[in-house]
Amino acid sequence: MNNEATLNHGHSHRDDLGSKMGMWLFLLTELLLFGGMFILYASYRYMYADNFKVAAMHLDTLIGSVNTILLLTSSLTVALSIAALQRKQTRFSVYLLLFTIVAGGAFLVNKYFEWSAKIGHGIYPKGPEMANLSDGEVIFYGLYYVMTGLHALHVIVGLVFIGFMVVFILKGKQTFDNFQRLENAGLYWHLVDIIWIFLFPLFYLIH
Amino acid sequence: MDHVSYLEYKGKHKGLLGWLLSTDHKRIAILYLVSLIVFFLVAMTIGFLMRLEMLSTGKTIVNPQTYNALFTLHGVIMIFLFIIPGIPVVFGNFFLPIMLGAKDVAFPRLNLLSWYFYIFGALLVILSLFVGGGPIDTGWTFYVPYSLRTQSNVTLAVFAAFVIGFSSILTGLNFIVTIHRMRCPGMSWFKMPLFVWGLYSTSWIQLLATPILGITLVLIMAERLFGIGIFDPALGGDPLLYQHLFWIYSHPAVYIMVLPAMGLVSEIIPTFSKKDIFGYGPIAMSSLAIAFIGYLVWGHHMFSTGISDTSRAIFSFLTFIVAIPSGVKIFNWVATMYKGSIETRAPFLFVVAFIIIFSIGGLTGLVLGSLNTDIHLTDTYFVVAHFHYVMFGGMGLLFFGGLHYWFPKMFGKMYNEGAAKLGLLLFVVGFNTLYFPMFIMGYLGMPRRYYDYLPEYKIYHIISTVGSWILIAGILILIINLVRALLKKERLTEKNPWGGTTLEWQVDTPPTLENFEEIPVVEHGPYYRDNLIKPGKSH
Repeated sequence: MNNEATLNHGHSHRDDLGSKMGMWLFLLTELLLFGGMFILYASYRYMYADNFKVAAMHLDTLIGSVNTILLLTSSLTVALSIAALQRKQTRFSVYLLLFTIVAGGAFLVNKYFEWSAKIGHGIYPKGPEMANLSDGEVIFYGLYYVMTGLHALHVIVGLVFIGFMVVFILKGKQTFDNFQRLENAGLYWHLVDIIWIFLFPLFYLIH
Repeated sequence: MDHVSYLEYKGKHKGLLGWLLSTDHKRIAILYLVSLIVFFLVAMTIGFLMRLEMLSTGKTIVNPQTYNALFTLHGVIMIFLFIIPGIPVVFGNFFLPIMLGAKDVAFPRLNLLSWYFYIFGALLVILSLFVGGGPIDTGWTFYVPYSLRTQSNVTLAVFAAFVIGFSSILTGLNFIVTIHRMRCPGMSWFKMPLFVWGLYSTSWIQLLATPILGITLVLIMAERLFGIGIFDPALGGDPLLYQHLFWIYSHPAVYIMVLPAMGLVSEIIPTFSKKDIFGYGPIAMSSLAIAFIGYLVWGHHMFSTGISDTSRAIFSFLTFIVAIPSGVKIFNWVATMYKGSIETRAPFLFVVAFIIIFSIGGLTGLVLGSLNTDIHLTDTYFVVAHFHYVMFGGMGLLFFGGLHYWFPKMFGKMYNEGAAKLGLLLFVVGFNTLYFPMFIMGYLGMPRRYYDYLPEYKIYHIISTVGSWILIAGILILIINLVRALLKKERLTEKNPWGGTTLEWQVDTPPTLENFEEIPVVEHGPYYRDNLIKPGKSH
């Protein structure tokens, strides 16, 4: 195995296992990045348990649930698209990826309306409504904006990755026997999904 | 067979572009080497100015605000642009693939990208001096709430640190995959050189700790730019949480700095003692142990902040535990020298100086790690002295040691060893004159980061400042000596000038683009003396 990996110099060599390993390590750093935020969330929720409950009641559980379904389904379609490509069903694989992009896009649109509604009510950093809120609520919304914002950034990055994969498949750069990049993009998308799985209950369902 | 060295081959691009766009790990290492030395000299000059300011009470050369900016920049540049990338990006990049018997790292393009992140971050640091509210004045720790209130350009500076952190993560990731996937046939985990073990442990810390710093810095930016309440007490935040998150990264970061240096010591000692290493397994495992336990001791930076007694006791205990693997290493190094036929060449003397200076730094670390003495010494010059003994005397000194060890291999030129030894002597004398008085004045109560001081500390400050001049003279001699060697016409083509047993001494001097004509097959441990006689099957 090692022998084979080192036969060719530089980027001419192909090592799928190494590439996947690199991706997993990268995902680990992403988890730790969000981990810092989750630690803060845990500490502040411990300090301001009651305020957090009150603030969480003002979040829209319906939009949150719809978004959860959207992301979960899009994660499924990414996984299916890899399976389709392995079975040489190239077109189907592309359609599945396109569905993922649409679902991810819909997630962002929902997020946009959700944030706009909050901002319309004056609930945003330095907003007019913030002075009337307790410390704990201010912190809750601070964390809400940072964590869901950071997550939305990851959704955008993930969508760009998947867009590239569509191009790669159409150009024949990702094929049934060479699909490591698609798999890495899929792994990234699952990460985006899994972080949301934790964000959703922590912000929307604690009341 | 044509042996064109990596310095001379013609690739797709010519001239400078052939360097800036090369994905060859050796050329990237040289890019890093040049950038690191430039930033080191800049930060050294800032340190020189700070010491000059402290020569007399009151104003000597700069005003208090400038002094605040100077100590912040000295810290930020030295830590984020020199010590943390330090040994891994230069010697790791250059020698990790060669020591593993590989032709490059696992992700060569990512490797080049991480250099660009590094340079981009460095440019942002420089930019932050001139735009917005001027040079950052928070100290390198960016403590809230001051970093949220100050008018100086904190936002850009912490963004720079964030970008450099990204570079560090990518290097760590690259090295881990390289070590897992690219070892040559026969090189099992326990036949890897100990420098590789040092890099491996370091890479894990880079990977596991840096993201925490990343998010913390992002939060500082978010608070400053948008007024989001996270750490700001005025908005219900808890500044102590900032300190926790900051040190969850920044304490392991000191092991990012020092573990590769320790790996280097484990290379140099067997070579010049002409002996197999004593205690290979314990040295390799102690690197992992330091990386693991070092992750759990961050609270010892916060003993005086009012965190609970239980947690203080636990953090103090773990701090003592982490000293054990370091002690294991020092014991094994000295045992390797015992009954060896030691050649006191320049690189070896660097290591001896390291062991002595680092031991002083390590033992004073225990003084700071125990709760009661720490309360007395927190935020005094004692901490400054300890930190410089372990970091500058650890990583800084060994950076030059490694340069003197591998310089002939990297450039195919030999430096004047007498001048190197003289430079080292001045380095060691100047270093101790500069930093040892800081232990004493810190013990007597001189607070760190203060612009002015009471007359009773004057004598120590004067001695210390004079020491800085001797130290700088030593460093300049070392660097000028190496630059002169580079300009020499006379080439060194001998593969193994020191008699080393690891794989890098079996390839050409300087190495060719692909390092090996044929991938070597390893049969024995890295320091097996007979490697010298029968160097691998392929020869």
